Amino acid sequence: MSNANPPLDRRQFLSASALMGAAAGLASIPLIGEARADVPPKSGGHLRLGMSGGSTTDSLNPTTYLSWVPANIGYQLMNGLVEIDEHNQATPELLMNWESKPGAADWTFDVRKDITFSNGKTLDADDIIYSINLHRGKSSSPAAPTLTPITDIKKLSPNKIQIIMNSGNADLPFLLSDYHILVVPNGFTDWKNPIGTGCFVLEHYEAGVRCITKRTRPYWKPNCGYVDSVETLTINDVSARTAALLSGQVDAINRLDARTVDLLKKRPKVHVIQSAAGQHGLFVMNCTDAPFTDNNVRLALKYAIDREQLLKTVLRGYGRLGNDQPIPSTNPYYDASLPQHSYDPDKAKFYLKKAGQSNLKVELNVNDVAFTGATDAAQLFQQTAQGAGINLTIKQQPADGYWSNVWMKVPFCASYWGGRPTADQMLTIAYKSDAPWNDTFWKNAQFDKLLIEARVELDQTKRKAMYGQMQAMISNTGGALIPMFIDYLEAGSNRVHGMKPNPLFDFMGERIGEKVWLS
Amino acid sequence: MEILRFIVTRAALGVLTLLAVSILLYLGTQLLPGDVASALLGQSATPEALAVLRAKLGLNTPAYLRYLHWLWGVVHGNLGSSLTTGTPIAGVLLPRLANTLFLAGYAAIIAVPLAVGLGILAAIREGGILDRLSSTLSLATISFPEFFVSYILIVVFASQLGWLPSLATVYGGMGFWNRIDATTLPAMTLTLVVVAHMLRMTRTSTLAVMSSPYVETAFLKGLSRTRVVLNHALPNALGPIIAVVALNLAYLVVGVVVVEVVFVYPGVGQLMVDAVSKRDLPTVQACGLVFAVAFIGLNTLADILAALANPRLRGSRGR
Repeated sequence: MSNANPPLDRRQFLSASALMGAAAGLASIPLIGEARADVPPKSGGHLRLGMSGGSTTDSLNPTTYLSWVPANIGYQLMNGLVEIDEHNQATPELLMNWESKPGAADWTFDVRKDITFSNGKTLDADDIIYSINLHRGKSSSPAAPTLTPITDIKKLSPNKIQIIMNSGNADLPFLLSDYHILVVPNGFTDWKNPIGTGCFVLEHYEAGVRCITKRTRPYWKPNCGYVDSVETLTINDVSARTAALLSGQVDAINRLDARTVDLLKKRPKVHVIQSAAGQHGLFVMNCTDAPFTDNNVRLALKYAIDREQLLKTVLRGYGRLGNDQPIPSTNPYYDASLPQHSYDPDKAKFYLKKAGQSNLKVELNVNDVAFTGATDAAQLFQQTAQGAGINLTIKQQPADGYWSNVWMKVPFCASYWGGRPTADQMLTIAYKSDAPWNDTFWKNAQFDKLLIEARVELDQTKRKAMYGQMQAMISNTGGALIPMFIDYLEAGSNRVHGMKPNPLFDFMGERIGEKVWLS
Repeated sequence: MEILRFIVTRAALGVLTLLAVSILLYLGTQLLPGDVASALLGQSATPEALAVLRAKLGLNTPAYLRYLHWLWGVVHGNLGSSLTTGTPIAGVLLPRLANTLFLAGYAAIIAVPLAVGLGILAAIREGGILDRLSSTLSLATISFPEFFVSYILIVVFASQLGWLPSLATVYGGMGFWNRIDATTLPAMTLTLVVVAHMLRMTRTSTLAVMSSPYVETAFLKGLSRTRVVLNHALPNALGPIIAVVALNLAYLVVGVVVVEVVFVYPGVGQLMVDAVSKRDLPTVQACGLVFAVAFIGLNTLADILAALANPRLRGSRGR
């Protein structure tokens, strides 16, 4: 895939070039996949995907995507602005040659030329601006908060746009890679049948059941667009999904059950893809609610959990240790030098004593909607916490309404965060003092200042040091107890070739349809 | 005339029950935590996004007004539009209802003759091998949860033998035999689940009649056991059998959501579960209404059939 994307342009912006430097370091971090005999790419065939993450309430309007099935279908029909590749780099999709003035608040982007929509219209700047604006202003799009710093988007020429932000952000291309921001023709509103520049056109769609897309013309993206048609079946039940793969009714499935992956790997004709990713399960402590107001209590709990055991049992080893900060090891700004928190009852007792809480009682609210295995994890936590003299009780909450009634409402609960493409995004969304989703209610003025400075810092060494400092702050004083990062697990039949891990989302960043080929 | 009055009364009662069901459904969904806006946005709900979505969906009108508005629409044959997708509910619901009825019909065609036939045979040969075997086996299948039966069938027939597909995804334009092929495993599961109840009821009610004096007279006339059971006992045992068959047919329509999930079958049950989790009230109401119609309709039909089979049940007991 090294030449799957056009070579990076000389004029390409600093963040991209800087990231290439960072990527050299990143190359040492393996994205784990199964080695298989190479079959050269060939065209043709009907790809059948069995996916979790679909519902009868889904719509193909990109401002409504909340789950993977519509996002995957969206990428079959439409293209994004920027693509995050397997090395976590921003690469051009419909926008290219980005540049920014110093301060990273004033940007220009070239619109890719000679691209046509499936209705024959040629892509131009107006289409791009319209498509971005669907997620700005009074939009209920999940991407709207990401785009609020954008104050204006101007058309400089039919193939060039300017984006002005109220504060600098060197990661703007990453923000524009959001899977909600898909490009449709200017003024387009017929979401029952989205028109895009993607590899396929919509043939049949029944929400939460089945979608068929067909390739009707050559695809513009090099080394992509092999299969003739894609059938996307919603199969939310993991056993049903696995059975469908094993009985040959689908060619690839996402979201395997970590508890049965080892059995699946023993089956012939099936291969498993494992991607290290940014998604993590966590236990959220509200720093403004007693007893969690005292950092000693928070530290005691961080030392009272056995992360190795959780990783081994709850995730069956398909994950990575967490260190109470949300930046994954796949991120170029990950600070590996930060001392790893581990199970240490003596240290936990020491911090409890310091807090004057020798008889600490806490109630942990859980449900498996937080992350698969959250209840099991809480029970293991309960046992190890007992060893550290903490009386932890578990309160099982209903799955229904968990995010509206439990999360950010109770002082201590299980939760998860999906991966974000950049360190800045993850930290801004959940750790900045005034972030709406600052679920730990952790407020640190020094951290906020550092976060904004790092956003526009162009010197990579300095930037890395700043992000390292922020990771240490969260890990040592924050309210998030992050025991583990959860790998994505997916599987394909041996008919499917070219499946690769992706650091962001499963099924190759949901672009599997245009990337794989069949034998 | 008597039977006509009986039918009219029954139908009127059915409509009243439907109204009560719709009010209960509405109240029930109001009691659920959160609303459609917070359910739709999930973890990514910000106060701003919530406010925008609530205004867009008209959630700021009082609940009883929204209910009356909905009821007015339904009376005029309009089920309304889904809150989550904005599309008319009828367009989503009707194909799924057809799927549900197809699967229910397929299962019923196997299950009802099988259960009633075996039940009668068991009554004829009471205490025989067939009687004991059918009782034990049917009790065993009813004791296993549906999903367990489903997985066993999938492992055997889909994964190991490869005879039948594990996915029952059906879609418009699919040929009849393809549809039959796709739905055989779920139909088998449902058959295994409902057979026991009907079989045992048939056997029991037939045997109950067997102990009455006129049956004894029939025996004393020198008739064979088979003839006594079929001609003399069975007609009088039909009432309870029809009732239990109707109950199970209704179950095949309204109670199969677990089977739908395991086999990924696009029926009404899955639609309703999705709608409840998204607090999509009009869709929940429409599904609930369909289920209530099926349940009440089948039971009313059973009552009428039972009354036809047994004149004593026609409500003229005073005379």
